[in-house]
Amino acid sequence: MGTFIARRLLYSIPVLLAATILVFFGMTAVTDPISQIRLQPNVSQQTIQNIIDRKHLDEPVVVQYGFWLRDVFFNQFGNTALGDQPIWPDLSRAIGNTMQLVFVSELIAVVLAVVLGVFSAKKQYSFFDYATTTISFFGFSVPIFWFALILQALATWFFLETGFRLFYTFGQSSFAPENAFIDRIQHMVLPIVTLSYVSIATYSRYQRASMLEVLHSDYVRTARAKGVKERVVTMKHALRNALIPVVTIAALSFGAVLGGAVITETIFAWPGMGKFFIDALIRGEVYTLMAWLMVTAVAVILANLVADIVYGWLDPRIRYD
Amino acid sequence: MTDQQVRKDDEIAEAQTQAVIDSAHLEGLEIKSLTQWQLARRKFFQHKLAMTSLVILLLVFLAALFADFIAPYDFAEPDVPNRSSPPTFEGQHYFGTDKIGRDYFSRTLFGTRTSVYVAFIVASVSTVIGVIIGGVAGYYGGAIDNLLMRMTDLFLTIPFLAILLVLSAFLGAGSPVRVAFILGFLFWTGLARIVRGEFLSLREKEFVEAAKVLGASDSRIIFRHILPNTLGPIIVNATLTVAAAILVEAALSFLGFGVQPPFPALGVLIADGQDSLTTLWWLATFPGLTIVLIALCINFVGDGLRDAFDPKQRVK
Repeated sequence: MGTFIARRLLYSIPVLLAATILVFFGMTAVTDPISQIRLQPNVSQQTIQNIIDRKHLDEPVVVQYGFWLRDVFFNQFGNTALGDQPIWPDLSRAIGNTMQLVFVSELIAVVLAVVLGVFSAKKQYSFFDYATTTISFFGFSVPIFWFALILQALATWFFLETGFRLFYTFGQSSFAPENAFIDRIQHMVLPIVTLSYVSIATYSRYQRASMLEVLHSDYVRTARAKGVKERVVTMKHALRNALIPVVTIAALSFGAVLGGAVITETIFAWPGMGKFFIDALIRGEVYTLMAWLMVTAVAVILANLVADIVYGWLDPRIRYD
Repeated sequence: MTDQQVRKDDEIAEAQTQAVIDSAHLEGLEIKSLTQWQLARRKFFQHKLAMTSLVILLLVFLAALFADFIAPYDFAEPDVPNRSSPPTFEGQHYFGTDKIGRDYFSRTLFGTRTSVYVAFIVASVSTVIGVIIGGVAGYYGGAIDNLLMRMTDLFLTIPFLAILLVLSAFLGAGSPVRVAFILGFLFWTGLARIVRGEFLSLREKEFVEAAKVLGASDSRIIFRHILPNTLGPIIVNATLTVAAAILVEAALSFLGFGVQPPFPALGVLIADGQDSLTTLWWLATFPGLTIVLIALCINFVGDGLRDAFDPKQRVK
């Protein structure tokens, strides 16, 4: 297992390098830091000249890429262009806040989707099956930002009607809360419901389809024929194999979940990566944006690595040595 | 089942079919064989949910297309005496008005027109690009194929929405056409993969081999022999792309990086209503419901089309 992980991490290096090329040259193709700064008033010519010197912007693009790469790997993504502030402290704090949301919501999404998918496959064409299908079709069709706004409106309306603060619709924590943990949960519930809803819709469809396929396979029939209890057939024989496609789709959607976090965090003012990204975009901070894109690339690569490890645990035929 | 049994079953089935045809001939009836397209069309027409969704969609699209004639008010001009009016039939403010008195029914109609217009451009542009790139990669294989697959892999490592936001922020989006082309140039990767897969398997088929032996050129094989066989998945994908494009464009416009005022788009309308969610609830609700209705109907139509093009599903 150790060698497998080491080898996979080595394979990730060229992917990561390709991602740096895509991010840097893609960003250079659409904008450059100086033209963004020129848009702002009250920035003197001297300041701009300093930035050009500091970021080597008068050199060829390939040389700039080299300097940027050095900053990325040895200097924690370097500093912002305007203001010369280190990027990493703010970005890492945002990553931590986003991970709270993303981990909890993905955990809820996967568990719920598996349960829903298994039950609708077991009871195919039942009322329950049709109900989950309908709900997941809504999940594909409801804009995530609008869903978040509706939740926000409902929570506010509940507060105005009853005077009791059940869920907060804004920010991460209150000023001087009585119980910090409960206060954090009250802030987290709505963003988590928003983030997990879309994931549940997708994952449960995959779970249902793969569960149906496995339940109709020969080895499940054999298991039933030799008298294994139905519960054991479902839980032990079928579910384990049916989980593999869901693991794949959950790993592949990790990027999309981070994209969803951009919208969710903006609406609920959660100080995470998504809000950080939008703020950097509005201010035109090119270096911060590139750092953000690199972090998400690393996160997606890691998510795929985790998926590969989970495959091996689900299906012992997949060997890693 | 053994091979022998299968062959036997096949023979029996064939004999039965022949018997049905014979008896039909005796009764003076002719049995017409149906082409793939006739079969697909018949299956789609029988799909109740998909047909209902298609009718609703067409009604919404027509209403949006003829917004100039249907809308009771102009989308920008305020009806000052009826500011912040809740939905009412008397004043013809079916979806209410905002703080300065603009009629939200009219705005939603015009917004739908923009959003649907954008989505159709996205679907057309991305389908053309996806078919060309996927077809070339699947038919010729080799280095082109490798490059394409690595590129789409790479695009998967960075959140799609983030790429879109960066591009539309810096390429100065705002007008519907620009947003549509930015989206269209990014939406093709999924379709390219599907088309590539279809081409990969079809180019090994006997009929393609036969065409090659007869001396057909590459372009003839691609356009006459392979492409018609992949139209099903392409049409399904293009349909679902319209729904995806409407949702993504709405999200972009909502965040302020997509279509921007004065152009009315559904995402812009929801963003306008965001500040008064609890007081003027109708502002964000109706444009949002419109998006849900359109996306839901398109998804159902796409589902129906997928079933219709699936040869494993029989006509009832």
